[in-house]
Amino acid sequence: MKRVYLDHIASTPLHSEVFEAIVPHLKENFGNPQSLHSVGQEALKAVEEAREKVAQLIHARPSEVYFTSSGSESNNFALKGLAHAQKSRGTHIVLSAVEHQSVLHSAKSLEKLGFRTSLVPVDKFGMVNPEDVKKAITKETVLVSVMLANSEVGTVQPVEEIAGVCRKRDVLFHTDAVAAVGNIPVNVTELGVDALSLAGNQFYGPKGSAALFVKKGTRILPFIEGGIQEGGRRAGTEDVAAIVGMGKAAEIAMRDMAKRAEKERPLRDRLIQEFPRRVDHVFLTGHPEKRLPYHASFCIEFIEGEAMLLNLDMQGISASSGSACTSKALKASHVLLAMGIDHALAQGSLVFSLIEGTTTKDIDYLLEVFPPVIERLRKMSPLYTQYLEEKEK
Amino acid sequence: MIYSEKVMEHFQNPRNVGVIKDADGVGQVGNPVCGDVMSFSIKVKDNRIKDVKFQTFGCGAAIAVSSIVSEMAMGKTLEEAMKITNESVAEELGGLPKNKLHCSNLGADALHAAIKDYQEKQKGAHKEKDEEVPAEKPAESEACRCPYCEGPLGELKDFCSACNLELEDCPECGKAKKKGAKDCPHCGATKPRI
Repeated sequence: MKRVYLDHIASTPLHSEVFEAIVPHLKENFGNPQSLHSVGQEALKAVEEAREKVAQLIHARPSEVYFTSSGSESNNFALKGLAHAQKSRGTHIVLSAVEHQSVLHSAKSLEKLGFRTSLVPVDKFGMVNPEDVKKAITKETVLVSVMLANSEVGTVQPVEEIAGVCRKRDVLFHTDAVAAVGNIPVNVTELGVDALSLAGNQFYGPKGSAALFVKKGTRILPFIEGGIQEGGRRAGTEDVAAIVGMGKAAEIAMRDMAKRAEKERPLRDRLIQEFPRRVDHVFLTGHPEKRLPYHASFCIEFIEGEAMLLNLDMQGISASSGSACTSKALKASHVLLAMGIDHALAQGSLVFSLIEGTTTKDIDYLLEVFPPVIERLRKMSPLYTQYLEEKEK
Repeated sequence: MIYSEKVMEHFQNPRNVGVIKDADGVGQVGNPVCGDVMSFSIKVKDNRIKDVKFQTFGCGAAIAVSSIVSEMAMGKTLEEAMKITNESVAEELGGLPKNKLHCSNLGADALHAAIKDYQEKQKGAHKEKDEEVPAEKPAESEACRCPYCEGPLGELKDFCSACNLELEDCPECGKAKKKGAKDCPHCGATKPRI
């Protein structure tokens, strides 16, 4: 069966060069980077080389990069580490309503420890208005966190402006850039951020590889306490293979990022233009232009996302959905609801995120097999029947 | 695959999809907020279900559940059909993932609602109160889930099977809260009004 993988936002595949780079660190180069002997020192050298490459990718200093195990961990580290370090100055945090759960839930747990959170709304494209951030900041505010790009709707936020607003008010600014780093150019100095989360498996690195950038001189409390790894801020023996893999992936991203985007953008645009032409009652979610180059997301009316995903999977197509039924909590996507999309329509959410190897044929195949799936499910849907009946009246 | 073979088979080849034009009884349960909407229409002759059709807005499990419920109900007497339970539906399907068990509740509920509708119509003008009217489905999003772990609440509104928590209705706002808890997670009421 033809296999078409369109779930970049879940994970990119591992780049073959990354795989090659990792293997020796699972075999002969197995040392603990903290060991004094040469086996350990070999591993330490590999970790520090990877740190340099990841730093280069985001235009940071190597000493500003802390390795973690996932984007979620980086977000937890940033929110909790920065907030607690600032507690004597104030206890108010500002977030956007469309942040990843790892940001939202970190803030929730901070609330139990005496912090207060304000959520900044988004417009129908999922875009944050920097003016709203400005309004939300109070004398008590110590931290603002707004993501760089949203994985569910692809929208790229005006992070540079928001960072500017925060700097003027002397408030720390963190951005969750997990969906962005390695896919679009990210420069921490130009953006003016104090902290930034990234994850290797979003740019062809291994799962379990991620990092948090923390600007030099920014106080942050340790996230895992123990040894002196990661400057004492994130103790625990380093996952050398994962770190090396992300370093290699960063190196490849610097080389191939523009090329990948150039290839993906027209394919994505074709999907965005062609799909609503072939099926009615289909809506693009997220910003039409200011969006990730690999990202196309839709809401398909009258039917539900998981049923679509299962049908597409049977045809060999892998995609994602923000529908309630696909989430363990059975709750519709908070991102879509924050954008003002109603519950029924949000249930029909579907995300196609392209990868490096995606071809025109893949997109054509999707455009060919998807409309009949929609038609079949709509025939089964009481909501569609009701719509047709009302239309006839 | 997260589903059993039987679930997938029914999902791919659902039986009895559609709407019976001159149905004797029609029932619809669920709402898009919680995820699924199921509607059943039945034809009844000599107290037996002669024909049954369904439509479902929902996930794979919801579609498979509706399909198997329609199959189980076909040809049964109304009394027998009323005895179809969520457990028997899930069992017939070779099990459902834990967080999809509520789908099996909806399937049986929708069928029972159609039967009730038929019985009401039969009674005609003299409306009588029936003790066995299936519980109204909650219309608000909060009512579908445990307010603490956000797991789905099935028939038992007073117990969350996902986090093993006993729940009760808040006397202030009527929504589910932890049994005995002073603070309601919905309205923030700290004390019941006396």
